[in-house]
Amino acid sequence: MEPFTLLTGIAAPLDRPNVDTDQIAPARFLRRPRKEGYRDILFHDLRFSAPGEEYPDFVLNQPAFRQASILVADRNFGGGSSREQAVWSLVDYGIRCVIAESFGDIFWENSVKGGLLLIRQDEATLAGWRDQLRAAPGSTMSIDLDAQTISQPDGTSVAFEVEIARKRRLLLGLDDIGITLRHQDAILTAETAYRARHPWLFDRAAPG
Amino acid sequence: MAPRTLLQKIWDDHQILEEDGQSLLMVGCHLGHDGSYYGFSVLEERGLKLRRPDQFFATPDHGVPTRSRSLDDVTDAAQRRGVETLERNHARHGFTHFGLGDVRQGIVHVVGPEQGITQPGLLLVCGDSHTSTHGALGALAFGIGASDVAHVLATQTVWRKRPKAMRITVDGTRPAGVTAKDVILAIIARIGANGAAQHVIEYAGSTIRAMSVEERLTVCNMSIEAGGRAGMVAPDDTTIEYLRGRPFAPQGADWDAAVAHWRNLPSDPDAVFDTEVELDATAMEPMVTWGNSPENAVPVSARIPSPQDAASTVQRDTMREALDYMGLAAGQAVRDIAIDQVFIGSCTNARLSDLREAAAIARQGRAMVPAMVSPGSSMVKQQAEAEGLDRIFREAGFEWRESGCSMCVGMNGDLVAAGKRCASTSNRNFRGRQGKDSRTHLMSPAMAAAAALRGRITDVREFAQGAA
Repeated sequence: MEPFTLLTGIAAPLDRPNVDTDQIAPARFLRRPRKEGYRDILFHDLRFSAPGEEYPDFVLNQPAFRQASILVADRNFGGGSSREQAVWSLVDYGIRCVIAESFGDIFWENSVKGGLLLIRQDEATLAGWRDQLRAAPGSTMSIDLDAQTISQPDGTSVAFEVEIARKRRLLLGLDDIGITLRHQDAILTAETAYRARHPWLFDRAAPG
Repeated sequence: MAPRTLLQKIWDDHQILEEDGQSLLMVGCHLGHDGSYYGFSVLEERGLKLRRPDQFFATPDHGVPTRSRSLDDVTDAAQRRGVETLERNHARHGFTHFGLGDVRQGIVHVVGPEQGITQPGLLLVCGDSHTSTHGALGALAFGIGASDVAHVLATQTVWRKRPKAMRITVDGTRPAGVTAKDVILAIIARIGANGAAQHVIEYAGSTIRAMSVEERLTVCNMSIEAGGRAGMVAPDDTTIEYLRGRPFAPQGADWDAAVAHWRNLPSDPDAVFDTEVELDATAMEPMVTWGNSPENAVPVSARIPSPQDAASTVQRDTMREALDYMGLAAGQAVRDIAIDQVFIGSCTNARLSDLREAAAIARQGRAMVPAMVSPGSSMVKQQAEAEGLDRIFREAGFEWRESGCSMCVGMNGDLVAAGKRCASTSNRNFRGRQGKDSRTHLMSPAMAAAAALRGRITDVREFAQGAA
């Protein structure tokens, strides 16, 4: 995974709550191998009326926002399905950070695995930023993950919260399997004790 | 020891260690389906083995055809590959697999409880958001993404931050016509599509206690639609009787030990929840959604709300957009909405009791619009046929299909066409969920059957109530 340190980029306003993962990555595109890329399916049915036919009003189809790497969204972004393709399509498009009031729980967990930073902000602040971004299309914002600061569209800086486990994984581009395999001994010990407590949960094969 | 919730007890039982504010948790049971291909590809790339084949159970559901059990009926090559890859991984890794043609095949969230694989006290995961369903048996069950699937296959563990606990207490006797689906839609309408964000929900109260396991499965299924990480119901006699004798439930002395463990799981009387919500079931009505979020649920007797009453500009714009997408007008009576088709199926509402409730309505008339029934599992299909439910549906003009996720997600080609309006027993009314530009109204199986007979959204209480 590509580490996330400092991001400066165009921020696009997405003025809608409940942008679910079906909108981010429609179900019919989901069985594609990861290496084939998901850039073209991001927000597919919001972006395109037919393959290649853009809705001109959709924010990422507007010239000033095409190169956006930051999305300023609203309430409950990424709710719904567990599809990690939602993260893949954002990252493949070039979006590395989404700021919203709240996020879908599984999307929240998946995001770090794809190197996507999610930041929670209150609705009033988000509405203010979206207004500023619409007033000056193509404005940039900067995210400094190590310092945990966002430079706002007006250039002033605010702090943001990030959980230490998420920060470490993003900053270093760490992968969970690698982290977990360092704990092999602890896992084996816990598993042995778990098995002693719940023997019926082990070696459950199909009954004859 | 301080009083603990059901959630805390299961969490403590599965926690291996804590690091940087996250718990590394043992996974007691991992379920898979035809979307599990990515996880296995990661194992192969990294030269890792499936750590516990005895704790991984899989069945194809998302991409399987419902017209037959032949893969030739899956027209999309990528979907067919998902089902074939699962079979190939089963041959290579040796986990339990209920393939296409096996009577135990079905939607994984129907199959797990039905086979007794899902049990109280388990930490259960699956690469699908509706994994919350399994919490109905007193498990802590949540959906995970593809990278976490790979992680669980390789390590049989998962990293999570300890969530907050929410208790939703529903009390009172449900009025006639009010099903488990209506209860959960009423809950989501009350707390919102992210109302349970960062929480695990425990459903409690006399209404939940009086529910069958199948009804509790419907309630827990849609916890994710309220933004919850999981939903659960404390195990009780109903749970234990449901599990007794199921194929993968413990037997003999193991059964006694398991039951003793399960009896200790309910939240202690003084346990503290971070958030409490209370609802009165006696005031509930059959519910229908009008918009593109499950929180847009209203009683069938209501009118569609007006954007002018919205609390903010963004909400007003979103409501306008939803009404435009759905082809509806503010103030319109829900009961006036004409529909084009009906879908009875999905992990929310395709168990035997759901089909019985729908059949009890279907037998009172004939479908005026295309209607299809896809049982939640091949076992459910077999049982329904043994009771003659298939005949009731067919005589009423409904199509009787095979089991799978089908038109809930449309990956197998069972789609609602652009602009068409579907009365559906599934769980999501998102834009494009049942097909590009499709329009979905969520409701209970009985309400969906009633809509089929009238060709419009109908109050099921206008029909005679009772079993088929």
